[in-house]
Amino acid sequence: MPYDPVLVQPMRDELTAVGIEELETAEAVDRFLTDKSGSAMIVINSVCGCAAGSARPGIKMALRHEVTPDRVATVFAGQDLEATAKARSYIPHIPPSSPSVALFRDGELVFMYPRHQIEGRPPQVIAADLMEAFDAHLSA
Amino acid sequence: MRDSRHAAKGELHGITVVVDTTGAEVYVGRFFEQRGDGIVLLDVARHTDGAGGVSKQQYVQTAARYGQWKELDQVVVPLPDVRSVTRLVDAGAS
Repeated sequence: MPYDPVLVQPMRDELTAVGIEELETAEAVDRFLTDKSGSAMIVINSVCGCAAGSARPGIKMALRHEVTPDRVATVFAGQDLEATAKARSYIPHIPPSSPSVALFRDGELVFMYPRHQIEGRPPQVIAADLMEAFDAHLSA
Repeated sequence: MRDSRHAAKGELHGITVVVDTTGAEVYVGRFFEQRGDGIVLLDVARHTDGAGGVSKQQYVQTAARYGQWKELDQVVVPLPDVRSVTRLVDAGAS
């Protein structure tokens, strides 16, 4: 059963407040990911305090890096079920986990940051991992 | 942030771990708690050494990269069967 939307709203706001586009429908995910030009990042947000509580600030820090994806969006696992399923359909060979981050370049998945690599780690470490991925996959 | 209910479950609560056993089986799942009869894992994948030509080590290395597909909602691994408990992210680095 999904969490109370009122409880979840601050967790949504934490990402949308820094300009991350929230995709609440499967159609919105399709529109975002069928545009294969440049780079795109999808954050699969979640309530999980063990991981998402650090992931969100870590992602925000990473997006202040000099190299960042052209477009960034988020879906909320356990809340926006169709949107999340649609986002995962673009990476069918990756086991589902949330929170997680998928980075695409020219429509191809180039980096995946699954939940188990986020759990229990501070935002600074998560940001560093993401910035390293941005440099590795999005530079030049 | 963890509340006291989570903290009481131990530092691995909520963390994805590899539970290797003294037998042929290895489990990957979220650590829930350790109790008298064993280690409780949630959202669990299980592999038997050599199944499909894949060793335990190979299986764990693959899981450490992207995670693993859930096969079981919950497993209790009996304590006498447990060889080691390792965070999946650390198991992949070894």
